Amino acid sequence: MCVAVPGIIKKIENNTAEVDYNGNVVKAHTGIVSVDEGDYVLVHAGMIIQKLNEAEAQKMIDLFGELEELVND
Amino acid sequence: MTDIKEIIDFLKNYDGQEITLMEVCGTHTAAISENGIQDIISDKIKLVSGPGCPVCVTTSAYIDRLNELACEEKTCVVTFGDMIRVRGSQKSLRDISAEGGNIHMIYSPLEIIDLALSDTDTTYVFAAVGFETTTPIYAILIEEIIKRDIKNIKLLTALKTMPQAIRTVYNKGKAIDGFIAPGHVSVITGSKEFEPLAKELSVPFVVSGFEGEELVASIYALVKSRDKGTVINLYKSFVSENGNEEARNLVSKYFEPCDAAWRGMGIIPDSGMCLKKEFEIYDAGSRELVADNIFNKKCCCGNVVAGIMSPVQCSLYGKECTPQTPQGACMVSTEGSCYHYYMNRRRGL
Repeated sequence: MCVAVPGIIKKIENNTAEVDYNGNVVKAHTGIVSVDEGDYVLVHAGMIIQKLNEAEAQKMIDLFGELEELVND
Repeated sequence: MTDIKEIIDFLKNYDGQEITLMEVCGTHTAAISENGIQDIISDKIKLVSGPGCPVCVTTSAYIDRLNELACEEKTCVVTFGDMIRVRGSQKSLRDISAEGGNIHMIYSPLEIIDLALSDTDTTYVFAAVGFETTTPIYAILIEEIIKRDIKNIKLLTALKTMPQAIRTVYNKGKAIDGFIAPGHVSVITGSKEFEPLAKELSVPFVVSGFEGEELVASIYALVKSRDKGTVINLYKSFVSENGNEEARNLVSKYFEPCDAAWRGMGIIPDSGMCLKKEFEIYDAGSRELVADNIFNKKCCCGNVVAGIMSPVQCSLYGKECTPQTPQGACMVSTEGSCYHYYMNRRRGL
């Protein structure tokens, strides 16, 4: 139920986006996030709940960088 | 730079003081089980599942009420698939459907609008369960209903919020030394939601993604942060400090905090969301659904969601209770602890 899956927006019409998950396209409501075509988004129960933060896209690099700080504490 | 191999080696060879960590969210339970993470780390690091499966923490009174509604004339219960097989005090929605009850399964709550418009003589009741992640879509639904003046949609709500439940689990259950905070809840609430709790309980919280590597890293961060009342956000690709404010504003337009009944934990003050008084015309009788008369008295689901017991400690587990013959919600839901322990042969420590 709390499952949310990231996909890419292919098309937006009014408040409905077509989100592509590796070829499987589903419709999702855009009501609570400002999005554009081409954005990577997290969809939960037919609603976009967040847009991927591109500055954080290299997340594993950041993540392991932060862990290093813990090691050095 | 610390790499994943170093982290796994550390967790595998950890020989310090025993530490118990709770994955609050059902989707984390699923990911930990599917990735076999308990098996690649030291037995001195114990992972326990928490109350973050919305279907699992729903009381029997709520299911019974859905069953009653599905049997009423000109009424249709609309629900996510997870809820169909969960029994109330006696029967599940699937049982009721087999007896002629009117039940419709959907993927998104917004699909109920087309159903309602196609048959205006029938009242469509949505089984609105969920946590902070899901409540915004119910707010959007109410907004649409009002805007389009749709008269035949109602919600039966069992909406819950995490902080008070985590506090209750911490105070009632076994000693927890750190929490993997619910990731998708954090998308909406922001990571700072857990800061007061981390300080109060003096335990670390890590907001984690759902990939195996991310979870291993989060466990490592918790072990390294033991006894520190801090929040570490390791899911920054989707979780910010402040979360999705627009979603929260929309929720507070239609819903207000209320006490909520949790399976296995009773009524927890301020741990739920109910429709505000002015929108109660859209409510199908959600308040007072607190009774929790489980179908099989031996079922330990209540203790499992509270982190008191591991699924494998239940006498029904793997015998009378399997995904084919679930006795409790935790074996039904695809986010349920028992389901994932069983499907992935996860060990209980």
